[in-house]
Amino acid sequence: MKPRIHKSATWLWLLSLVFVLPFVALLWQAVTPESAVWQHLSTTVLPVYLQQSLWLLLGVGVGTLLLGVSTAWLVARYVFPGHRHWQWLLILPMAMPGYIVAYAYTWWLDVAGPLQSTLRAQFGWSFDDYWFPNIRSLGGAVLVLTVVLYPYVYLLSRAAFQQLSKQMWEAHQLAGGQNFFRRMALPLARPAIFGGLALVMMETLADYGTVQFFGINTLTTGIFKTWFGLGSLSGAAQIACLLLGLVLLIMGLEKVWRGAARYDVVNDGLPGTQKTTLRGWRAWLGTLWCGLVVGLGFVAPLVLLLLMAGQSQIKLWWTDFMALIINTFWVASLAALVTVAVALLAQYVKRHTHHRPTQRLVQSLGLGYAIPGLVIAVGVSMAYGWLDQGINGLRAWYADAPAMLFFSGGFIALITAYVIRFLAVAMKPLEAAYQGISHTYDEASLLTGNSHQQTFRRIHWPLLKSSLWTAALLVFVDLLKELPATLVLRPFNFNTLAVKAYELASDERLADAAIPALSIVAVGLLPVLLLNKRINRAHDNHP
Amino acid sequence: MKPPILLPFIALLILSACAEQANPELNIYSSRKEALIKPVLDQFTAATGIEVNLVTGKDDALIERLRAEGAASPADVLITVDAGRLYRAKAQGLTQAINSTVVTQAIPATYRDPDNHWFGLSLRARPIMYAKDRVDPSTLTDYASITAQQWQGKVCIRSSSNIYNQSLVASMIASEGVEAVETWAAGVVNNFARQPVGGDRDQIKAVAAGQCDLAVANTYYLFGMLQSDDAAEVAAAEQVAVFWPNQADRGTHVNVSGIAVTKAAKNRDHAQQLLEFLVQAEAQSWYANANGEYPVTADIEAHPLLAAWGDFKKDALNLSRLGELNPEAVKIMDRAGWP
Repeated sequence: MKPRIHKSATWLWLLSLVFVLPFVALLWQAVTPESAVWQHLSTTVLPVYLQQSLWLLLGVGVGTLLLGVSTAWLVARYVFPGHRHWQWLLILPMAMPGYIVAYAYTWWLDVAGPLQSTLRAQFGWSFDDYWFPNIRSLGGAVLVLTVVLYPYVYLLSRAAFQQLSKQMWEAHQLAGGQNFFRRMALPLARPAIFGGLALVMMETLADYGTVQFFGINTLTTGIFKTWFGLGSLSGAAQIACLLLGLVLLIMGLEKVWRGAARYDVVNDGLPGTQKTTLRGWRAWLGTLWCGLVVGLGFVAPLVLLLLMAGQSQIKLWWTDFMALIINTFWVASLAALVTVAVALLAQYVKRHTHHRPTQRLVQSLGLGYAIPGLVIAVGVSMAYGWLDQGINGLRAWYADAPAMLFFSGGFIALITAYVIRFLAVAMKPLEAAYQGISHTYDEASLLTGNSHQQTFRRIHWPLLKSSLWTAALLVFVDLLKELPATLVLRPFNFNTLAVKAYELASDERLADAAIPALSIVAVGLLPVLLLNKRINRAHDNHP
Repeated sequence: MKPPILLPFIALLILSACAEQANPELNIYSSRKEALIKPVLDQFTAATGIEVNLVTGKDDALIERLRAEGAASPADVLITVDAGRLYRAKAQGLTQAINSTVVTQAIPATYRDPDNHWFGLSLRARPIMYAKDRVDPSTLTDYASITAQQWQGKVCIRSSSNIYNQSLVASMIASEGVEAVETWAAGVVNNFARQPVGGDRDQIKAVAAGQCDLAVANTYYLFGMLQSDDAAEVAAAEQVAVFWPNQADRGTHVNVSGIAVTKAAKNRDHAQQLLEFLVQAEAQSWYANANGEYPVTADIEAHPLLAAWGDFKKDALNLSRLGELNPEAVKIMDRAGWP
């Protein structure tokens, strides 16, 4: 191992202490035995939590695969009415936080909502006279999470489908040309598809806002109930460990599904295959399908939010509102920058090291994505609390200085939590980009006398730049929607749009929550569209 | 190595370290929503010149933050919307006693900590609410009424994760004992009109929509619906009436939103000033009326809308007990299969 890399690996290990400490704090709680609580949990509610979580995971997993892969294949390979527009419209649901979509659908579809009330008034029905699907149910949660999360699968698999080269198509034609999608496209796109699916599943497991609002008892809601209701932090930490086990399982499965093969994408530099033009009913079916997906994930919630906003009684001052938008924007930007920097360091080290523990370390850094934001927030506040108390102890001993906070209670704690939570999101595109840079480039560069650092600057950096932007935008969009960690860790007099929307919604003023909710969507749209452009361009300019 | 990674951290470290201010100030962690507290805090600032800094969040998370920050915590005051949480903060050694005769004379002993570590600021009642057109209130007597055979499939109540239900069950344990409450919880589950979803407002709306006949909900939600600009919401609320349970014995369950001064408080005097400010007639009346709650001090009149629901006997249980019995309450509901 070259000394330069050795140094970056050391930095990574040091930095990861910051990540590990909150988990140590939580584990510390988990190992404090409180067998009575565990006994109670395992005989009463735990099976329910586990069951509901697994059903949710299965439902959202199948749903996002279906929506994401089908739409990606459509826009990547076919010409049909509006195909150029669907290509970007399909990622808009990314700007919609799941809990906001849940608010919107519930407001409209609930027993007491406008739709059912109108039906009852129109037909003179009373409640028992008709059947209506209950949106606040496991099925409702699956629907909502599916329509907001499928873009992860869509984006990653679309990029993979677009990269299928002409040569592959020709080879396939020569070999008989049966079912290109199943025989060639799907297997080749598998790493990308499952990369997206893994993100979706982790996001689903960590979701608190949506399931809590729908009254679904999953492991996440169980953690909070155990902690706050039973007052047992150790019981809660034990459930959190169970959740972590599931995440490891998913990561393991991703590996298995991807298969043993590591695809070094061999791009021949030729443009992708000619798109097939769909005609007649097939063309309209394509449009209808894309329209349905975008409609459920974006248009319908947007229209509902606008209707809700029309009923809102809230009087937000323009200046207060601007402050909310500015706060949200700058804290998300700063955190996205830090997150991408850490992710880059991690991927750089991973590329160059043969040191097993270091490789494991890089893999495990993404774990935080499946941990509920609130759990991370509390871990961070405990860990930084220890640190501060240690520093204050020293200061008191040294200079009799009054106790004060260095790490907790400010933006450092908040941004740390953000980085832990969303590092996986930044690592995925970087990992893929690094895999796309053949090792032969590195060898050639080193042979011509470049150092590792120079190789990074001259070869990797230009090739990675586009993916860095993608990573930053992905994280930024996630950060705009982030709620629980912000709620717990934010400094005095600092609110974000998500916090505002939550406060109003949890006060059961759904209509009033619509305005800040709409603003989250509005602020999120621009980066989402930029993201789409980037990914397209990355495909066009591929070396 | 790469400066961009560490630079923001260092910059923020420096920034947050020099954030010391000279103006008199008071730092508050509050789980009461900003809109329901900020105006009265602004009045306090106007009256005293003390700048108030506020973070809002969930009770338990704020308490956890307070605990993690320890002696260095910047928070002087903790405001919560449930007595059980104040009890928990005190039990963890995060609060301190404030012995102010102004405060103790204003707030009845039931609604404050026996050692004066915390004080209730407004009262919230959790009665039964019923559909005016389908329920004869003379068939109701106490909380056990909702478990009667005739209401099978007709009762709406929110999840057992909800603190208001936990406190209600805790108050029942205190007066009736674990076994009786166990039977009661099973009876409630048996009468569910639907799996518990949504908040108290949703339960009230479900009564209006005909999904259920009875609900248990805090009064200020009904108040909020009646005060709404949305005609549909007002119409729904008008189909629902309040029944005060247990008037012949212990009284209807009440809880408080309350306040405590933290052990780590750097501005203890300012905190005490705030407490004394908040029990004044004017502040009490605003604080309660802003959210449709009952004032905690005896001599202040409740909002006319609340007065219209009539006077009622309140459970006189010292609210500390709610905190003590909270874990037991959750276990009972878990065993009953109350999601």
